[in-house]
Amino acid sequence: MKRLPYVAFALWFLLLAAVPFLASNYFVKIATFLAMYAALALSWNFIGGYTGYPSFSTAAFFGLGAYTGALLQNAGLWVGLAWACAAVVTTVFAAVIGFAILRMRGHYFAIGSIALVEALMLVASILADLTGGGEGLNVKIMPGGPDYIGRVFLYTMLGIMLAAFITTVLVDRGRLGFGLRCIQQNEDAADMVGIDTRRYKTAAFALSAVFCGAIGAAYASWVAYISPSDSFSILLTLKVPVMVLLGGPGTIFGPIVGSAAFVMMEETIWSKYLEYHQAVLGLVIVLLIFFLPGGVLRVFRRRAAA
Amino acid sequence: MDYGQVVANGLMIGAVYACIAVGFSLVWGVLNVINMMHGSFIMLGGYLTFFAWLHLKVSPIVSVVPVAAILFVVGYLIQYLMINRVVMQPVLTTLTLTFGLDMILYNFMNLWFTATPRRVVLDLGRLDLGGVILPLDRVVAMGLALLLTGLLYTVMRTSRIGRAIVAVRMDRDAAALMGIRVNKVYAITFGIGALMAGACGALVAVVFPITTSVTGLFLGKAFVICVIGGLGSVPGALVGGLALGLIEAFAGFWFSPQTAILAGFVIMLVLLVVRPTGLVGRRGYE
Amino acid sequence: MSILEIQGLSKSFGGVQAVKNVSFSLAEGEIVGLIGPNGAGKTTLINLITGVFPVSAGRIVFQSRDVTGQRPFQAARSGLARTFQIVQPFSAMTVLENVVAGALFAGAAPSRAEAEREAMAHLEFAGLAGEARRPAASLTLPSRKRLELAKSLAMKPKVLLLDEVNAGLNSAEIDQALDIIRRISARGITIVIVEHLMKVVLSLSQRIIVLHHGELISAGRSDEVVNDPRVIEAYLGSKFAARYGTARPV
Repeated sequence: MKRLPYVAFALWFLLLAAVPFLASNYFVKIATFLAMYAALALSWNFIGGYTGYPSFSTAAFFGLGAYTGALLQNAGLWVGLAWACAAVVTTVFAAVIGFAILRMRGHYFAIGSIALVEALMLVASILADLTGGGEGLNVKIMPGGPDYIGRVFLYTMLGIMLAAFITTVLVDRGRLGFGLRCIQQNEDAADMVGIDTRRYKTAAFALSAVFCGAIGAAYASWVAYISPSDSFSILLTLKVPVMVLLGGPGTIFGPIVGSAAFVMMEETIWSKYLEYHQAVLGLVIVLLIFFLPGGVLRVFRRRAAA
Repeated sequence: MDYGQVVANGLMIGAVYACIAVGFSLVWGVLNVINMMHGSFIMLGGYLTFFAWLHLKVSPIVSVVPVAAILFVVGYLIQYLMINRVVMQPVLTTLTLTFGLDMILYNFMNLWFTATPRRVVLDLGRLDLGGVILPLDRVVAMGLALLLTGLLYTVMRTSRIGRAIVAVRMDRDAAALMGIRVNKVYAITFGIGALMAGACGALVAVVFPITTSVTGLFLGKAFVICVIGGLGSVPGALVGGLALGLIEAFAGFWFSPQTAILAGFVIMLVLLVVRPTGLVGRRGYE
Repeated sequence: MSILEIQGLSKSFGGVQAVKNVSFSLAEGEIVGLIGPNGAGKTTLINLITGVFPVSAGRIVFQSRDVTGQRPFQAARSGLARTFQIVQPFSAMTVLENVVAGALFAGAAPSRAEAEREAMAHLEFAGLAGEARRPAASLTLPSRKRLELAKSLAMKPKVLLLDEVNAGLNSAEIDQALDIIRRISARGITIVIVEHLMKVVLSLSQRIIVLHHGELISAGRSDEVVNDPRVIEAYLGSKFAARYGTARPV
């Protein structure tokens, strides 16, 4: 078992954790986004990378977690508990919905998963009495100065990322990961070999929701204001799979490498090309599809083997 | 407002919806590619029509033809140069590619045209059929939408290229063995998809405000219609479009405009689980 | 004691009846040949037994339990394994990993390490031990067939349904395959072998079942079935059967 990637990850983790003591609040914010997107990417990797089902539900889980967490927090529940409940609610939702939409494959599954995002967004807008509708929802702001708050959320996101990472390692090495890989290559053959494909797919889908829900809830508390279009953002739901594709789907470290590269690239583009930033992102995606079909990690692996 | 009016509204808008979706459905059914740029193509057609109307005083009804031609060329080139390279790859790849291309298109449309809503105002008066009011601009849009859809149907059934497209849709490899140049068929199909989107964009400009913010809305409707009506078939898109028009009209009447849109998605999700082939179409590719 | 009993099994797809009221039973340890002209419904029958298609009518009783309507993974776990006519390995995985899949899931190995040990043993049995680390996609056709066999053995089957396991093999390769199948049978596994090649069927099976247009038209000892006029008619037409179809030693 090659230790190097694990050591690199540990160093990266420690570096991010040390940012508050090394740099300004701007960098603390960047570090928080790095952790956040790494967790989202690792989550998607379960259903999209290992199982090979093209899911675009990330925003559905993120938004559901955000609204659940925000509403529970506003109702008086302690922040940490609100986040945990949001994660549970999102996971149950994924398991129940998964039962229905995981029966479809390929394009139909993709469409179904996008429809989830749209449908939830519309529900959030329609239930305006509960959620504030299109005007958005204010969340109770955490007491404390900006430095303190910055640190709290950085460590929260890092914590969720670590949990997602450990889960990924366990899945990758265990029976579930092996079974998911079989399903990805040939679902019917996997069935024939004794894999309960329905249960395994639902597990992957639920795992892909757990951390998204937690991240969504934490995000809501962090920015203290959410609205349907931000929380159920189609842009988010499309960016996350691209990050994993960039880094290498179905691997432990691919999502981390891909999300880090993407976030840093986006930050640079934002500052330089504000007006064209969407077009530049689009261009990056197009180039990625044409030139790096296996992700960055595949390129490294090829070089290592040569 | 009585139910007759609701039905009339639903059918009028449904015809335009059908036209919007038929190109999307064709591309999905034949190339197995979900074209995320479809909504933007519609708006592009709308913008071109609007500016022709504003600056050149050209009526949208006339603009349909040149706009359709321009969009066909745009679509053909995009497919031939870019999408063709990934057309056999899994859905995640093709969808992400068209999504990336759409981001580029969207950005430039925003910069050139700005997101301010534009509306072509054709004051043609209205028809009153026993209490049901039919604004004539909508009637004209509906009529043209049905005409375009009918034209496409005829082309698909009678022309050589139409038969070739159907052949490729049924069995790509067999079609290639029959001497059909599959890549060319793909490019033409994608071009037709863009053409229909642009032409309907011209019609949409008469009925809705044109703005980049609604590209996603129209794309979403195209999805729903494909699932309701089935993939790759013109009659399917017609049935799906009219059905969606009616669903939205009734849901909007009973609840609210947002519920109208939600109703479409919920029906789509239910159909995906229960009967993904749609009400009319054959089983699409997975 | 019959290990597998099929009672009145029928299956229609839309208007087409692929399997009509088929009944038979398998005794433990037998090798039974399942033959019939193309389109007779042999593969459909196997798909029904392993739960790939739901039955339209009838019952499947496996080890005295009614398992009609079970799903494929349940059939696999309970000891009903099958191979495919067109071999479907997990192509991105190695040969070893393919067999590990069988051992780990249907074969209920307690751990990955144990599954790998079992998998290596099965690969040795099938003569593929040397290819263990190679990608499954790189194997030749005969090796892929042996991989299928190794994978299905790893599933610890009680009944093994072999669907045209010799398709595409030459004469020498077929003899090798036959040898493996005999050794599998020697382990006590009940085998149903779907085959077109009469030499294979006659040399392996003690009993033969014949399907034609989805119906079971003959079942019994190999030499009897081969001379049954109905069987001859099914394969060669009624005129031929009328001329040759009286009991004649082959």
